[in-house]
Amino acid sequence: MTTSTIKITGDGGDEIEAYLARPAETDRRGGVVVIHHMPGYDRATKEIVRRFAELGYDAICPNLYWREAPGAAPDDAAATARAQGGVPDDRLVGDVAGAAAYLRGLDTANGRVGVIGYCSGGRQSVLAACRLDLDAAVDCYGAFVTGTPPEGMPMRRNLVEELPNLRTPLLGLFGADDKYPGPEQVAELRDILAAHGKDFEEHTYDEAGHAFFAVDRPAYRVAAANDGWERIAAFYGKHLAG
Amino acid sequence: MCTYETVCLCVDGSGKGPGGSWLRVTDATVYFDHPVHAMADHTLNIDFTDPAKGPAARIALELTAESARRLVAAIQEALDAVPAELTR
Repeated sequence: MTTSTIKITGDGGDEIEAYLARPAETDRRGGVVVIHHMPGYDRATKEIVRRFAELGYDAICPNLYWREAPGAAPDDAAATARAQGGVPDDRLVGDVAGAAAYLRGLDTANGRVGVIGYCSGGRQSVLAACRLDLDAAVDCYGAFVTGTPPEGMPMRRNLVEELPNLRTPLLGLFGADDKYPGPEQVAELRDILAAHGKDFEEHTYDEAGHAFFAVDRPAYRVAAANDGWERIAAFYGKHLAG
Repeated sequence: MCTYETVCLCVDGSGKGPGGSWLRVTDATVYFDHPVHAMADHTLNIDFTDPAKGPAARIALELTAESARRLVAAIQEALDAVPAELTR
């Protein structure tokens, strides 16, 4: 495996930083775009990128906060981006498109690219899959894909109007104890996608809440995370094989 | 979940930051969301910054909700305990 920090072309032609991990083998394979969570383009997210390379994919994570805080520590960059209003949806889509194009341009690419995101990135993964030419999407407990933000909370809008345009199979991984998204929001997502004939695989884990994949946080739940990783490997194995 | 909610305000003061150096702070953001370091799912986070000096010019706090409420009360108590003319 090799890893590197590179520059890619993101939304609007902007040059942004990205973290890339690639298996050493030279066979053709799919790619995975990892969308980092709101706390940033951090060490834990880079570990996830490397895990996808270990699973046999070229994997990349664009630094969504590069424009606001180039070269800053991940936590400082996240704070800076947050103070400036966060990542606009359209810009996110453009950055994921740039990352996917980079993966498809690699000499090992089979042309198939998946996307995955955690927490806020889960919602962004679904958004990207509604608007971009991708091949598989994974939503790990993204809030407000469906559901209504609490009154008075200036939340990003939900994706209900976008869901009929979902262009990839979707794997959703959720915690039964999570409130955002809670079981009723997951059920709404399931119902909408079923009504539109979309390919949706969902797993909700008991004794797990939000962020159960996060190994460096108290929310980590080893059983749910281990099973979730197996589901992700199987899902991408099915949809990203070349 | 990520709450997205962020309260921003201008402040005037100083804080001791990375490397033991003091920093004049001009801005603060307050939000309840996932912490970077604290062992809690969500915390009340305060960033004191000087944006003119870049993203690293930041003094960050991550407090549990209960700690944050006690801090609010303590700040009010401290302000109330001194003659009003000192705090105008």
